[in-house]
Amino acid sequence: MNMETPYAIEMLNITKRFPGIIANDNITLQLKKGEIHALLGENGAGKSTLMSVLFGLYQAEEGIIKKDGKEVKINNPNDANALGIGMVHQHFKLVQCFTVLDNIILGVETTKHGILQKDEARKKVLALSEKYGLSVNPDALIEDITVGMQQRTEILKMLYRDNEILIFDEPTAVLTPQEIDELMQIMKNLSAEGKSILFITHKLNEIMAVADRVTVLRRGKYIGTVNVKDTNQAELSRMMVGRDVQLKVEKKPANPGEVVLHVENMTVASRVHANNAVKNVSFDVRAGEIVCIAGIDGNGQTELVYGLSGLEPLVSGKIVIDGKDMSKASIRERSRLSSHIPEDRHKHGLVLDYPLEYNMVLQEYFQPDFTTPLGFLKKKEIRDYSLKLEEEYDVRSGQGPITISRAMSGGNQQKAIIAREIDKEHKLLIAVQPVRGLDVGAIEYIHSRLIAERDAGKAVLLVSLELEEVMNVSDRILVMYEGEIVGELDPAKTTSEELGLYMSGAKRDTKEA
Amino acid sequence: MKEKENFLKKPGVQSVLTSLICIILGLFVGYIALLIINPAGASKAIITLVKNFLNYPTFPAQMKYLGNTLVKTAPLLMCALSVCFCYKAGLFNIGAAGQYVAGAGAALYAALAWNLPWFVCLLLAMCAGGVLGCISGYLKANHNVNEVISGIMLNWISLYTVNVLLAKVKEQASPYTFNLASKNPSSILPTMGLDKLFSNNRYVTIAIPLSILIAILISVILTKTKFGYELRATGFNKDAAKYAGMRERRNIILTLTIGGALAGLGAAFLFLTAFEQWSVTQSSVPGMGFNGIAATFLGGLNPIGTIFSSFFIQHINNGGAYLDKAVYPSQISDLIIALIIYLCGFVLFFKSFINARISAGDGKKAKKGGNA
Repeated sequence: MNMETPYAIEMLNITKRFPGIIANDNITLQLKKGEIHALLGENGAGKSTLMSVLFGLYQAEEGIIKKDGKEVKINNPNDANALGIGMVHQHFKLVQCFTVLDNIILGVETTKHGILQKDEARKKVLALSEKYGLSVNPDALIEDITVGMQQRTEILKMLYRDNEILIFDEPTAVLTPQEIDELMQIMKNLSAEGKSILFITHKLNEIMAVADRVTVLRRGKYIGTVNVKDTNQAELSRMMVGRDVQLKVEKKPANPGEVVLHVENMTVASRVHANNAVKNVSFDVRAGEIVCIAGIDGNGQTELVYGLSGLEPLVSGKIVIDGKDMSKASIRERSRLSSHIPEDRHKHGLVLDYPLEYNMVLQEYFQPDFTTPLGFLKKKEIRDYSLKLEEEYDVRSGQGPITISRAMSGGNQQKAIIAREIDKEHKLLIAVQPVRGLDVGAIEYIHSRLIAERDAGKAVLLVSLELEEVMNVSDRILVMYEGEIVGELDPAKTTSEELGLYMSGAKRDTKEA
Repeated sequence: MKEKENFLKKPGVQSVLTSLICIILGLFVGYIALLIINPAGASKAIITLVKNFLNYPTFPAQMKYLGNTLVKTAPLLMCALSVCFCYKAGLFNIGAAGQYVAGAGAALYAALAWNLPWFVCLLLAMCAGGVLGCISGYLKANHNVNEVISGIMLNWISLYTVNVLLAKVKEQASPYTFNLASKNPSSILPTMGLDKLFSNNRYVTIAIPLSILIAILISVILTKTKFGYELRATGFNKDAAKYAGMRERRNIILTLTIGGALAGLGAAFLFLTAFEQWSVTQSSVPGMGFNGIAATFLGGLNPIGTIFSSFFIQHINNGGAYLDKAVYPSQISDLIIALIIYLCGFVLFFKSFINARISAGDGKKAKKGGNA
């Protein structure tokens, strides 16, 4: 190797251990100057740990980090910043009530006699946004701007600090298809100007679209680094998962029956602001079909489900499940007819400190199957039931039914919830983001289960933010925008571009009479 | 080697071990405090403190004074159970102290003013504590008033209410309530022959076995019943409990009511033995309820564990009485208990230390053994 190294950052033979687990096992990642380098891996593969080591949040036990060929020590994020490493986190770190400009200069303000000198900063920000095609309004408040613009603000923050190495942590999760295209263009512009980009993702199509090289991790181990132009999605997913994966969901055409869920003019209040989060929404879900509520996060989907499940009372409107008016029914009355896979499995889906067997009966513990007339739990029946579900749904855990649920992996926690909800008697299944944060293998499994539910004649309402899921799994798409259903689409006839227009509010069906 | 490791991995064993570590360290730091106050007598003093009733030379005397420790262990255990039960549902029942006071007031007033028999007095004490707990529960469930705040306020309200109430049944010349033995013997708890076991200590009554039975009952309710399942689910994760259709509000009220009844019963367990009389001029809430919090944590938040921790705390408390008051302040036993409780805060640290040692051992073995 000659003195002039082509690498901006090299992480060589990094090993990081946590009690009982090796999060990074001898991992090498070399980021060339000016390239877009994707870091691909399932959840728990060690991507975040590796980035935390680079960002100084963790110290590796073994291995070295080199910047421009010279070994460096990164003990904390300040060291990382000093070396020109910047990061756009998955959850933005912006002050909501500050303007875009204030957020960009926060922490590196230029002052004169203790007074802020914003004019210079403004010039620099405008120049940067011009140069890289990052359109922002420097005087808008963060809380008033779109997620896409917030992300551009985060990128400008890094550029304003003259960072050379930019880390994007799953940046497309919150964006519409149009915004994703814009981001891809921005990333290309940045690399053309000599910035080096690390792009953490598990979306293969984005890697194919934008990255030059990709490094794959699996279960803490380094699998390999390949040039994107020499590979394809199938090979990458094989590297990531360790086996062949069905990327497209196989399903027969739907055969809808009678209406199971009927929602009429439902309005639900918001917990965060004074306006209603769900406004006058009406729709039906029939037996044997999967209806998907698509939309960008925060357009009332959460509250819609709260209203359906009974966590939040309706302001007005009507819910009918299987012919019975459930508008004012308690959570338990509704759950007799409907199963729920909640959005937040840790908050609503599981009692994490309970053993797995107790979580398996969380919706049914009071039934005569599991409780004696005197109110004692039937421990043996609960144990047997848990064992049965674990086997049927392939829920893996360290110690079987007595495993504390907290100690299980996210995928298996989700499988436990799915097992419980699908096995329970129900006519309607409401699944909210059922594959969030899960790896490709688990996603494949869960989608096939949802389709099996449909084929078994259940009504399935799927709430999803993932375009791919919406297009692949659903039989009918309802798009939600700002608390209203703005369009109904047939996944076979629409495109993700058209869907994106609905999701961003640029297009809407005219209200049918 | 392997069996030993599995043994150490059991959470129950770990809880006991960590509590023991807390106790030993607490005694050690207490010893240092004694050394600072008076180096010469420190060793002797700490031994005296730990020996408590064993300081007496003869077996009958030892039994008699063990009896005295047990008499005060029963109410402490009840307060600890009250705190423990509520804690399992995610509620911090600092109001146990006030519920205890309410129980004492109800039991003594019923015994002295109405001449009621002991079992009615017990029931009324339970009701009084329960009502107080119910108020905290209602405020928490329906108006989201933190149970710690309402509990502390109710502690004072109940103290002064009880003082006013019991002033009607106090002796002329002193601030103490009438002696039960002379005024209404039927209100004294029966001994069922237990006094014979403890050298005719007539304060040793059925309160002691009853409190242990109640501890077992609470343990059964928490681990084996539907109600306990709901309660603990609510305590661990109230959002998931609500999502599962559990009636969160009803459970909060019910839990605090039961907790209050337990503390109220505890007070009756002490005052209906005639071991102590209530002073209507006291202006601080009796420490029994607060010591119950300590016993709960030292007992590893386990109803059965609190039986032992309550005894231990009372043991040290009584042992403090045998110290040479000319040299050492009588608060030294309180200090040692405080230290032990403070160290209980490190329980998690001790546990993770033990686990880290175990997994380090496992790691070595796995390397040696190859594929596991």
